[in-house]
Amino acid sequence: MASVVTDQLPSPVLATEPPAVTLDHVSKSFGRTGAEHPVLDDISLSVAPGEFVCLLGASGCGKSTLLNLVAGLDRPSSGSIEVPGGRAALMFQEHALFPWLTAGQNIELALRLRGLPRAERRAEAERLLALVRLGGAHRKRVHELSGGMRQRVALARALAQDAKVLLMDEPFAALDAITRDVLHEELTRIWAETNISVVFVTHNVREAVRLAQRVVLLSSRPGRIAREWRIDLPQPRRIEDAAVADLSIEITDQLRGEIRRHVQH
Amino acid sequence: MSSTEQLTEVATEAAEPTADVKSTDVKSADAAAATASGAADDAAALGAGLDALETQAVERTPLRTILVSKVVPPLVAIALVLLLWQLAYAAHIKRPDLLPSPLDVWNSLYNQWLEGTILGTIWTSLSRGALGFLASVVLGTPLGLLVAKVKPVRAAIGPILSGLQSIPSVAWVPAAVIWFGLSNATIYAVVLLGAVPSIANGLVAGVDQIQPLYLRAGRTLGATGLRGVWFVLLPAALPGYLAGLKQGWAFAWRSLMAAELIASSPALGLGLGQSLENAREVQDMPGVLSTILLILLVGIGIELLIFAPLERRVLRSRGLLVARR
Repeated sequence: MASVVTDQLPSPVLATEPPAVTLDHVSKSFGRTGAEHPVLDDISLSVAPGEFVCLLGASGCGKSTLLNLVAGLDRPSSGSIEVPGGRAALMFQEHALFPWLTAGQNIELALRLRGLPRAERRAEAERLLALVRLGGAHRKRVHELSGGMRQRVALARALAQDAKVLLMDEPFAALDAITRDVLHEELTRIWAETNISVVFVTHNVREAVRLAQRVVLLSSRPGRIAREWRIDLPQPRRIEDAAVADLSIEITDQLRGEIRRHVQH
Repeated sequence: MSSTEQLTEVATEAAEPTADVKSTDVKSADAAAATASGAADDAAALGAGLDALETQAVERTPLRTILVSKVVPPLVAIALVLLLWQLAYAAHIKRPDLLPSPLDVWNSLYNQWLEGTILGTIWTSLSRGALGFLASVVLGTPLGLLVAKVKPVRAAIGPILSGLQSIPSVAWVPAAVIWFGLSNATIYAVVLLGAVPSIANGLVAGVDQIQPLYLRAGRTLGATGLRGVWFVLLPAALPGYLAGLKQGWAFAWRSLMAAELIASSPALGLGLGQSLENAREVQDMPGVLSTILLILLVGIGIELLIFAPLERRVLRSRGLLVARR
């Protein structure tokens, strides 16, 4: 227990490339006048190319709203969002795979909508399925797959968009702990292989510490950036690691502090 | 491993004024590095094991079970009806010319077969029904899409479209006869007025029942505008659309019979509706009953041969058809 394990990942601090995602003083409100229900308040955040960022927060912190904004599904009330690499890929808590298509066809549809010629789609879909370790599942129907397999096909479909940024909205929240563990390992591996930027939303502190290079804690109602942690623990980590646990305790205490502020007096 | 040894804070105040960034530098065990390469293979094997545990093989029901559970019950029911009918005939509840026996009806059918008219009559009606139905699909589909997706259109004609379904198609026949005379146009007009609302309403219901998640997923994949309609909206609405098509066929067939029955003229050719009217004029009760039987058989036949397999296929491929045990 003596040797020093250095960080094997590109350090986002040193990156000189322009950020993959830039949010500049972004606010978002819902309601008739547009100011009645502030959901996000003055969020400034940039994600470096190839960086893995976890957004952490309790209910009502506007995590999903933030992802919708970055994905271009909604517009901010004020501030600006830049995603220079084009449309970001988005993965949901539910697999959102189309049940009228097979696993492979779901991926081929994403490739087709991206503009890949027909001749190349089949091989590319096979490659992506192999990447998520579902090599033989091309002809499987969605309902024939287990929960973990569905999320892996959904990941492959998101990767099929060939986006520079992958947004993940609590993608493993509905899975059992063992399956989630395996998918954490797979996601870490795939992220290292593809060098894609990941913005991963979760309310699970340990999951955030297990996965991310940087954890951003959001306060609730309205969502603001409360604090950030940079995590230089080497990958692959395990969710049981003592270092992961220690940092999780620290972050959880902060998170609880944020939640306690909402006690009605 | 104690936490104080591992967590060395190199905290700096970051550029963002609202957030402070901490760095956690860890001198971890070398064991972690050694297991790193093996871990990937472990994950693969573990993942495959979980997949195998959670995946269930889909079994097809054996033919014998289908025969016993699906084919035998309706046959028994038909046999019972025939038995009751024969008993009523034997008990002379009505005069034989008013209540013929099942055998009389069978003989009437057989005679029509010998005369060689039966297939021609069925074909006249069936081809009209099929053509009218196809025209209804061509008109009803874009109409349904417009009502489902364009809010002002929905507010304007949505309720009318549902209301049209409650008008019996017979009610359109006098109007159609005044407009078009005793012609094929009359018959097709009645068929369209019967079937188009059903098909459009089915599509509207299908679109309304789509999970919003699919539309959102489609948009993030770049399926917007017409590509969104073609690749996401229509396939997602297919179960409801198929139900609408099925109902549309039933309405088309009913409307056609109403139109043929009333707007009968030698110039129009002999369909099932006209032959029903002809049999009534000569008080040929076996002829009337045998024609009703044919109308029923064509309706059931189209349902069993076309719509039922289509619906089963669509539902099964989506995992919506759960085998009942």
